[in-house]
Amino acid sequence: MPLMIDTTTRQADAITPEFASEAQELISHYPVSKRSASLPLLHLWQNHFGFIDDTGIEWIAAQLDLTPVNILELVTFYPWFRREQAGKTVIRVCRTLACALAGSYEVKEKFCQAVGLDPHEEHHGFGCAPPTTADGKFSVEFVECLASCGSAPVALINDDLVEKISPSGVSAIVEKYK
Amino acid sequence: MASLLQPPHPKERRIIFGNISKPSYGPDIETYLAHGGYESLKKAITMKPAEIIDMVKAANLRGRGGAGFPAGAKWSFIKYDDGKDHYIVVNGDESEPGTFKDRYILHEDPHQLIEGLAIAAFATNVHLSYIYIRCEFPKAAKIVWNAIKEAHAKGFLGKNILGSGFDLDIYVHQGAGAYICGEETSLLESLEGKRPYPRIKPPYFPAVLGLYMKPTIVNNVETICHVKHIIAMGPEEYAKMGTPGDGGTRTMCVSGDVVRPGFYELPCGAVTLGELINDICGGLKPGRTLKAVIPGGSSAKVLRASEVFKLKVKGPDGQMIDKETPLLDLTMDASTLQAAGTMVGSGGVMIMDDSRDMVWALNNLNQFYAHESCGQCTPCREGSLWMSKVTTRIIDQGARPDDAKNLKNIADNIAGRTICAFGEACSWPTQSFLAKFPDEFEKRVV
Repeated sequence: MPLMIDTTTRQADAITPEFASEAQELISHYPVSKRSASLPLLHLWQNHFGFIDDTGIEWIAAQLDLTPVNILELVTFYPWFRREQAGKTVIRVCRTLACALAGSYEVKEKFCQAVGLDPHEEHHGFGCAPPTTADGKFSVEFVECLASCGSAPVALINDDLVEKISPSGVSAIVEKYK
Repeated sequence: MASLLQPPHPKERRIIFGNISKPSYGPDIETYLAHGGYESLKKAITMKPAEIIDMVKAANLRGRGGAGFPAGAKWSFIKYDDGKDHYIVVNGDESEPGTFKDRYILHEDPHQLIEGLAIAAFATNVHLSYIYIRCEFPKAAKIVWNAIKEAHAKGFLGKNILGSGFDLDIYVHQGAGAYICGEETSLLESLEGKRPYPRIKPPYFPAVLGLYMKPTIVNNVETICHVKHIIAMGPEEYAKMGTPGDGGTRTMCVSGDVVRPGFYELPCGAVTLGELINDICGGLKPGRTLKAVIPGGSSAKVLRASEVFKLKVKGPDGQMIDKETPLLDLTMDASTLQAAGTMVGSGGVMIMDDSRDMVWALNNLNQFYAHESCGQCTPCREGSLWMSKVTTRIIDQGARPDDAKNLKNIADNIAGRTICAFGEACSWPTQSFLAKFPDEFEKRVV
């Protein structure tokens, strides 16, 4: 499966002084080893720019006196990070057992239908964005256990945990994020 | 978050969730102080560090994250005056399927964690600590970080805490969606900014070569929270709530096919599985009967409803005798579940009724483990994927006659052959589902 990563963007050109000082603040949380700030800087970057391009990887590495591959290997390992733009709202439906028992497969299908995505489109991982609507508004993906099994099925929509989702309630949930 | 806390059941004893249950309770420091917050820390800093460790030992506090290691023993591995830096890292990477207690503690009572952590740090000569929170709890990270700042402002953290001369800084560190980071050495690699491949033990026991190769304690969120209550009520009183080897309360998270799923804080060993399901959780859904129980998070071996266990108990004359114990009569404590061939683990109890297909359930777990294997050790990286492919094929196309044998063979060649316990965690479901429900695999053969 080829990686379809667009390498033409130059996010680092858009770094503001505020962003740079936020990065320095995060680095100061790790007085013993700057390298520990790798994940915090990747989160900062992805939250700010939406995804992490080559210039992001190079910039973060430079702040931490690392080589870019030290950062790239984290982006390709951790499922949270991506190298492509995802939807403005990312819907992460829990796939694991307690949620699956409570109907999460049907719930995920309903989310896909409600935003206009093919429920059977695969998400390849490896830094690719999850399936995203053409207007860039929504992405939908399955994720593994969100640690809310007692109120299954659940989804993490941006920063919000939505619990006890019924298939018939999905379209009303989607409306709130339109 | 929808509140999963029902009014307390008579069998419950809410220590950790005592305040969270109150309707007006919130995560801010003023509320915490109004509920007796930071009194245990004030008491602890007047004590000798070794006394605090002795109290935690006497309380019989076992880790609540999964492995169940005695917390006092773990702390005493750290030599107070060895001239090295020490660290405590709180494991808030809660991601074991079936477990959802730490999520609520982090969101709703962060100061309880910070107070326990400050006491633990004082006892073990730690001045820098990290709380590792999975990034799927973005609000919890903000709430805990805010609580840390509040505690600093009130002098419970930072330099010269409450005039004691003791310094402590705590920071929040967010994960990035990898289950493996719940493994303690993987968590440390992640915190060091590396790919989170678990370290091999020996030599990399965290207590010896932990964070930045310095002596380190890694404890679960709930475990650290218990510390303040041990100081407050005294270790004897605390230990009395549980069984001799398993003191205090444990939060049981119940999910799946019961009427009232949720978490219930129960004295260790106070209830049987039957009481937990039928009495506390309202039983199975109408018209359904029990089929299977996973008692301690998805990695714990599954138990079948009709099973009868031979457990050693003290007879009337003090001799140990075998007692036939049906599944629902198992008490929910560490040693009983271990004797039954499974574990209390992280306290995540998943219930499945007679409408459930065990091959489908196993396939769901196999897909989880295939996705979450870090890939460092070949048996786990390849084996978890093979198991997932085989169970997926059984569901899609029916089973081949030798599938069950092959699945067992794959699982048997993972467990015990990997650097970390993920090898066991991913093979135990396959091994136990095959052993307990062979009929379900046989009837799939085409």
